[in-house]
Amino acid sequence: MHNPQLNKNGELTHLLSTEGLPAAILTQILDTAASFMEVSSRDVKKVPLLRGKSVFNLFFENSTRTRTTFEIAAKRLSADVINLDITRSSTAKGETLLDTIDNLCAMDANLFVVRHASSGAPYLIAEHLRKIGRDDIHVVNAGDGRHAHPTQGLLDMYTIRHYKKDFTQLRVAIVGDILHSRVARSDIHALTTLGVPEVRAIGPETLLPKYLDKLGVHVYHDMAAGLRDCDVVIMLRLQNERMNGALLPSAGEYFRHYGLTPQMLAQAKPDAIVMHPGPMNRGVEIHSAVADGPQAVILPQVTFGIAVRMAVMSIVAGN
Amino acid sequence: MTLLPDSLPDAEAQCQQLAEAIRPSLSKNPALVGIFSGGVWIAERLRALLGLADEIGMIDVSFYRDDFAEKGLHPQCRPTTIPFDVQDRHIILVDDVLYTGRTTRAAINELFDYGRPASVQLAVLADRGGRELPIDKSFEAWEVTLGEGANLVLESNPQGLLAWRLENA
Repeated sequence: MHNPQLNKNGELTHLLSTEGLPAAILTQILDTAASFMEVSSRDVKKVPLLRGKSVFNLFFENSTRTRTTFEIAAKRLSADVINLDITRSSTAKGETLLDTIDNLCAMDANLFVVRHASSGAPYLIAEHLRKIGRDDIHVVNAGDGRHAHPTQGLLDMYTIRHYKKDFTQLRVAIVGDILHSRVARSDIHALTTLGVPEVRAIGPETLLPKYLDKLGVHVYHDMAAGLRDCDVVIMLRLQNERMNGALLPSAGEYFRHYGLTPQMLAQAKPDAIVMHPGPMNRGVEIHSAVADGPQAVILPQVTFGIAVRMAVMSIVAGN
Repeated sequence: MTLLPDSLPDAEAQCQQLAEAIRPSLSKNPALVGIFSGGVWIAERLRALLGLADEIGMIDVSFYRDDFAEKGLHPQCRPTTIPFDVQDRHIILVDDVLYTGRTTRAAINELFDYGRPASVQLAVLADRGGRELPIDKSFEAWEVTLGEGANLVLESNPQGLLAWRLENA
């Protein structure tokens, strides 16, 4: 089957999803990111790889952390970064997505970083670029609808590898609103490909998708049972808008059952790490004592995210 | 002259030769920076042979190469580590083979992102000619002429000893 992320030599030319990427490519990204971590620790935090290239940040949906870390990453690669304020741009005036892309291509764009509320929007752009014969322009998905957030998935893998070294002995729990989470999907595919033997999903039935068992994920509705003996706990953000609907009774009720308190965390292994893609809702999905505690690696995740995005952009831009 | 694979010189002996060539310059307290992979192996030997106090630096030039647009990013890059302050230091870059000079150019550029060295010299085990840039070595153990299709590769064998291998494209 044709994988739109790979060129005819099997090299990564767009990053659209962690799904369908071979372990060798995931590992190459993580290894390259390790080299970029060193660049970020220098006084001169810049290498000339993408000098003269233009990176367009197309965020059709709000995001501060992801957009900022992509911008920092591109700048550390010496690229020129253009942030489009989509809400005030032509899209708001009725221009179609692909017309916007054509216009940016006419401005000599080299790489698009795309966040979109619709699942599949980055695929549509990649496919369009192929049709118009612009194999030299690359797309990186920065989150599309409920579908995928591959750079978050990869930075989570980098974080896990950094602290746990080896994927093949781990028990990883993902907790919360997996149904609406593109992060969870990207994590599950990457964890599975990298050889994690046991991935668990923990949450209320209303927030867990039906397909999880098909992905080999073990489902738990009881938080304490799900966390038992885990090496890694990935908390997901509970989006405020979910709490008022039919899916959940209330934030307080949710926290009682699925909030990560120090007592709950004690069920996991003593050296378990706690991750969160941010932004965190303290007191909703995570207790402050855990978020600020010694097992939390939430801020290192942000730092690793810059190096991982540098790795992704430099790999795709070179292929 | 055609170089026969079985007449390749002993790379370990050449490391000692290279160390002796560098020894007169030790009064400047130089620091060694090896270029991956071969240059790092050689720099480790030079450091031991010359009794230098500083750990060696290691450079992977993948992020500074001039053929990124043609070849893309090298699939296996390793972190550069410079464990000493480059500012005002006399640096000796170490590589296995000096050929076009492009790797040396990339390494010098990378080095300068760590600071302004007092001087940079280049020590190589083999100089095979064929320069495409105005770059020359300061110390060498072996000058050799090879055909354009030939590739001279330094390897570390399972016993950890360095040895040359000649590839013909």
